[in-house]
Amino acid sequence: MKAIQTFIDHYNYFITIFLMVAGLYVVIARGNMVKKLIGLSIFQTSVYLLYIAPGKIIGGTAPIIDPAFKVYSNPLPHVLILTAIVVGVATLALGLALVVRINEAYGTIEEDEIFRQDGGK
Amino acid sequence: MNSIWPQLPALQIVIPLLGAVLVAFLRRGSLAFLVTLAVSWLMPFISAALLWQTMTTGPISYHLGGWPPPIGIEYRIDVLGGFVLLLVSGVSAFMIPFARQSVEREIHPSKHAWFYCMYLLCFTGLLGITVTGDAFNAFVFLEISSLATYTMIALGHDRRALLAAFQYLIIGTIGATFYVIGVGFLYLITGTLNLADLATRLIPAAVENPPAVYAALAFITVGISLKLALFPLHTWLPNAYAYAPSFVTVFLSATATKVAIYLLVRYFFSVFGVAIDFRALPVTEIMIALSLAAMFIASIVAVYETNVKRMLAYSSVAQIGYITLGIGLANQAGLTGGLTHLFNHAIMKAALFLAIGAVVYRIGSCKLDDLSGIGRKMPFTMIAFAIAGFGLIGTPGTAGFISKWYLALGALDHGWWFLVALIVVSSMIAVVYVGRVLEVVWFRPTGPNLKDAKDPPFLMMMPIIAFAVATVYFGFDTRLTAGISETVAKTLIGGMR
Repeated sequence: MKAIQTFIDHYNYFITIFLMVAGLYVVIARGNMVKKLIGLSIFQTSVYLLYIAPGKIIGGTAPIIDPAFKVYSNPLPHVLILTAIVVGVATLALGLALVVRINEAYGTIEEDEIFRQDGGK
Repeated sequence: MNSIWPQLPALQIVIPLLGAVLVAFLRRGSLAFLVTLAVSWLMPFISAALLWQTMTTGPISYHLGGWPPPIGIEYRIDVLGGFVLLLVSGVSAFMIPFARQSVEREIHPSKHAWFYCMYLLCFTGLLGITVTGDAFNAFVFLEISSLATYTMIALGHDRRALLAAFQYLIIGTIGATFYVIGVGFLYLITGTLNLADLATRLIPAAVENPPAVYAALAFITVGISLKLALFPLHTWLPNAYAYAPSFVTVFLSATATKVAIYLLVRYFFSVFGVAIDFRALPVTEIMIALSLAAMFIASIVAVYETNVKRMLAYSSVAQIGYITLGIGLANQAGLTGGLTHLFNHAIMKAALFLAIGAVVYRIGSCKLDDLSGIGRKMPFTMIAFAIAGFGLIGTPGTAGFISKWYLALGALDHGWWFLVALIVVSSMIAVVYVGRVLEVVWFRPTGPNLKDAKDPPFLMMMPIIAFAVATVYFGFDTRLTAGISETVAKTLIGGMR
């Protein structure tokens, strides 16, 4: 019973971990480069959740100082993750641009097929 | 002058960043090169001034936007930071004249300005990682330099460069994300991102909640190790180095991996080393084991490699093994050796990759079979290659000897004779792979494909000679390398629990 209670109390972390592992699995297991990038994005997104979730304090309000409120949420994780999102978007854009160029050069975006064309390396 | 002095830490980042923007607007290759040259030649002066300041008056703390740490982002430069800054900017300043003609030969004219823009961005990122005293800020700079690196690698004319860039992008992003996860844990435990503040706040946290601290340590170590190509996380490196444009290979091998190593040292000795009993954890043993694996396996792979650039890339993995070995030894002499090798390897590998870049410039190939007898056609280039090659082996009288000497001393301080023997034996493997190239270029008859080969133009020749001379110079004058490393190691080891 206690285990279930712990699970429910921390359900957001389990979602984070599931996304993290699932994303990493897709990156490793899939040969299609676009799918790899999707996996990478899921992996990165899970980290956004890891930061954002603890920043929310139950009963807390937006961090604008006002005598009517005593409890505020922590704004710093949001700012950090805003930066991380920008980095993630840039990475994804660059990755997709590379995939387009690879498709032009090789005529395929399947990793196995590309390795075969380059002579088994 | 007096008003500029305190702003130097910020200028170290702002100048190359503005340079990158300016270059992107200029759009003309030759103008872009001039701006890049001006920036690259200015930076070592700033770095030297900062290093001098840290050595005379102690660490510099610069508060961005006037917000005091730990609330604001702090740029913090100590002797180690100044040392790495001087290495990165100094090496870049010496190698930049090589870029002009090499880039003209290997990259499409419409992309020259973009290339220099990416180069300056990468440069900014690397300097940024070194000056920042903020864990998350380091991640942002890490990604700035990485994204620029992926782009530069993809500019290689072989289509395999695209694939190498893509693979590096995937692995590099996983590494950076691991790092952020680790930093996230640290932030959740301590509520701060300032590295100095983290170290103090981790001391009670490590007693209260050890698993979280260990998890953070593991994530950060693996994340940075992916970036610095610690064996067996090095798989992105050989292809990236082999197919990137020659100048990019030189730049990356001399600076990018070195800065990642700096970040690892920072976390090991200034953050975790201060907060927890680091030596009691199996981290150092794992580092030593992986370093030894790198020194042997990567060296043996290098022996069988027929593409000289790839061979040197595997040799880089092996040499990074020596540096991480010094970190793993975690004592005064060992860490001195590791940090000295950080500097010396940058110089020697720059000379080697520059020489091969000159060969590619002249004959368009770096396959070993195409190079037979090229020493008679490109004598100065190949003499420089030979000198740097001897440095790589660790011949007395070259820079490589100094670092391996300290590493051996570090091993002896632990009483590990077998480790000294292993350092010597692995150097023997370097004799084989360097000797193989030297045999082909000097003692074989000159091939018919080399009719028009000759030493590269003056601007490309000077950096090669400069780095070859430096390889010998730092084999005798060790004040800048081993001297500073010793000071740094004393501070870092002394600060540990």
